Amino acid sequence: MTIDWAHFTPWVSLAGGMLIGAAAAMLVLFSGRVAGISGIVGGLLVPRSGETAWRLAFVAGLLVAPAVLLLLGALPGLRIDAGFGGLVAAGLLVGVGTSYGSGCTSGHGVCGLSRLSRRSLVATGAFMAAGVATVFVTRHLA
Amino acid sequence: MSTLCAFAAGLVFGIGLIVSGMTDPGKVIGFLDVAGLWDPSLAFVMGGAILVGFFAFALAGKRGQTFLGGALHLPSRRDIDGRLVAGSVVFGVGWGLAGFCPGPALVAFGAGVEKAAVFVAAMLAGMVIYHAAERLIHEPRRRAT
Repeated sequence: MTIDWAHFTPWVSLAGGMLIGAAAAMLVLFSGRVAGISGIVGGLLVPRSGETAWRLAFVAGLLVAPAVLLLLGALPGLRIDAGFGGLVAAGLLVGVGTSYGSGCTSGHGVCGLSRLSRRSLVATGAFMAAGVATVFVTRHLA
Repeated sequence: MSTLCAFAAGLVFGIGLIVSGMTDPGKVIGFLDVAGLWDPSLAFVMGGAILVGFFAFALAGKRGQTFLGGALHLPSRRDIDGRLVAGSVVFGVGWGLAGFCPGPALVAFGAGVEKAAVFVAAMLAGMVIYHAAERLIHEPRRRAT
C-alpha cells in the first residue's frame, strides 16, 4: 500500500467532515430528520403530504452550496474520468442500489454510524468493499 | 422554521462536501484505490462527520424531540437482510465506477458541471425504475388481500 501524499488532505478533509456532521446535527436537532441524501431525494419522487417541503429545502441548500462558496473563494477543480456511458451506468446503479439498500454514504455512512446502527455498519462495509473492488477491476485489471 | 433549518442544513452539508474533497470524483476514486496510490483523506471526512454526528444523535435521542418541539423521525429498523447488503453492493459498484455518490453529485450539478447532470439524471431514473418495479411486484399482492 502506497500513500498518495500529493493528494492527501487530512486536516481540510477532517474540517469538511465536521461541517457535514454539523449539518446532520442541524437537520436532526431542528427538523427531526436524518440527513440521508438518497432517502431525501427518493422521498421527493413518491411525494407524501408534509414530506415534501423540508426535502426540497434541503436539496436546494445542497444545490446553492457551490454558489455560496464561490462568494468566499474559488471552487476546487473536479477530476471526472468517467465518460457518458460510464456516468449513466453509474447513476443507474447508484439510484437503484441506494433505494434497494435504503441509504448511501450520508444516510448509512455518516448518520447511521453516528447512531451506532448495526444495519448501517453492514451497509457501509458492503458499499465500501464493492467500491474498492470496482476501482480495483477498472484501474488494475481492465 | 423547520423548513428553513432544512435549507440551512443542506447548505452547510454541501459546503462540507466541497471543502472535504468529496465532490471530486478523482479524490473519491483515489480513496477507493487501495491497491494503487491511496489517498486516505475520505476516512478523515467520515471520522470528522461521525465525531460531530455521534453527539448530535445522542442529544436528539435523549431529548426525544427537536429544539422546535417537533417529532423525531428516526429509522427504527434493526434487521439485516439481503436487500440491505445487495442494494449497498450495487450502490458501491456505481460509486466506484464514476466516483460520485448522491450528495456530491447534486452539489456538482448545482455548480453547473455537465457530467454531474448526466449522473444525477441517471440516478433519478434509477430511483424511479426501482419504485416502479416495487409497485409492480407488491401491487397485485396488496389487491389480493
